[in-house]
Amino acid sequence: MLNLLVVSINAILIENFVLVKFLGCCPFLGVSKKSETALGMGLAVVFTMTIASAMTWLFNEFILKPFDLEYLQTIAFIAIIATLVQIIEMFLQKSIPSLYSALGIYLPLITTNCAVLGVALLNINNEYDFITSVVYGFSAGVGFLVAILLLSAIRERIAYSDIPKPFRGFPIVLIAAALLSISFMGFQGLKLPF
Amino acid sequence: MDFVQILITVLIMAVFGLVLGLLAALASKFLSVKKDERIDLIVAELPKANCGGCGYAGCESYAQAIVTAGAPVNKCPVGGDAVAAAVAKIMGVESEKTVRMRAQVLCSGTTSLANRKYNYAGLEDCLSVAKLGNGPKECPYGCIGLGTCVKACQFGAIKVENGVAVVEYEKCHACGMCVSACPQKLITLLPFDTEIWVGCRSHDKGPVVRNLCKVGCIGCGICAKNCPTGAITVAESVAQIDYDKCINCGTCVEKCPRKIIWSGKVQMSAGDTIANEPAAEPIERRRRQNTEDRSSEQQ
Repeated sequence: MLNLLVVSINAILIENFVLVKFLGCCPFLGVSKKSETALGMGLAVVFTMTIASAMTWLFNEFILKPFDLEYLQTIAFIAIIATLVQIIEMFLQKSIPSLYSALGIYLPLITTNCAVLGVALLNINNEYDFITSVVYGFSAGVGFLVAILLLSAIRERIAYSDIPKPFRGFPIVLIAAALLSISFMGFQGLKLPF
Repeated sequence: MDFVQILITVLIMAVFGLVLGLLAALASKFLSVKKDERIDLIVAELPKANCGGCGYAGCESYAQAIVTAGAPVNKCPVGGDAVAAAVAKIMGVESEKTVRMRAQVLCSGTTSLANRKYNYAGLEDCLSVAKLGNGPKECPYGCIGLGTCVKACQFGAIKVENGVAVVEYEKCHACGMCVSACPQKLITLLPFDTEIWVGCRSHDKGPVVRNLCKVGCIGCGICAKNCPTGAITVAESVAQIDYDKCINCGTCVEKCPRKIIWSGKVQMSAGDTIANEPAAEPIERRRRQNTEDRSSEQQ
């Protein structure tokens, strides 16, 4: 139990996927203009990462490992995640329309996101068991959600600020993201009992 | 690494891809949701400006509302009659005629006509300035002129001239975004063919208006008395025109002592010509002198 807590705090704060590992920077910068859309994107990432880590772990354990095909991990995981998200999207549209409209266009957008693939591969590399993998995937998604919500809040805040002309628009966003990243690096000092 | 190894890998991935593809195909067959094809047809007809003028989030959700919730087919202000007719044809209903509207900024107090309370330097946004004593003009109802409506307009139909927002009628699609964006509630939608409008929204009494602005409506009621159809009423010290009764005769335009009722497609900047007439009273000239002195001091 303690182990799971450590894994989850590790994924959310110490090794935040966006701000420390620099995975999934595209939606992080692209969809963080408004808090509303950032929340939608973040929730979709949490959702996808959790399910993707579960499915890829099972696939790796029961299909790739027995046949010694582990060298196919990367390409197989991409295909699995893409198909999985497509099927889940259809399933949601049919059975839970409210969740489908809440996640909206963000769900298909993140099918091939590197953060999702990254969490699947890291699960295998870190030799996590099934439960730990799912918790790690979920926490990594939450870490992404926290990061993108923070950045969107900052962007909303600086939208009306008097920014020097050369920094207006995207440059100031990159600077804000960098400062956010530096502050998250501070969590590296957090010593957790492994 | 030998050639066979590569071949095996390719084969495995091909089979794997085939299986996944079949899975997705099966899923799409069993999990597909029946969507009314009329929605797509209507979306194709709509202008896809996604302006929200119809009252829905965008063209797609308006189309959905037409089909599923029975929304009226003539709500699109951008497309007008042509789109309403096309949508009505898809839905198999009769379309009512739409009246084309246009936005109108009800303020004539350009920089030289309206007196100023203070010089503003800060956020270029009307909403934040409106919190500072209703804007830099002495008249608390006047146009602030920092262009919050300009930013709200996605058709590029509004620009700020001489401190007052001006609508280019031909570009305006009457989506109403500027109406809700204006913190002074100065913008209104008028019928497109209307020639006559009152360029003031000041609810102050006559003497007060005279002190604040050279062109404000003083609520004297001369227009209301002279209107042949009784279309003008003066309520809360400002003349208002009932466009169902107005016949565009232009009597009010002639009679108005403050020249605040505009006729024809006159743009707001025309108001500056009045200021240059010699009618300016000494006291007003002095005040203008004062403001000029103040601004030169600042420089």
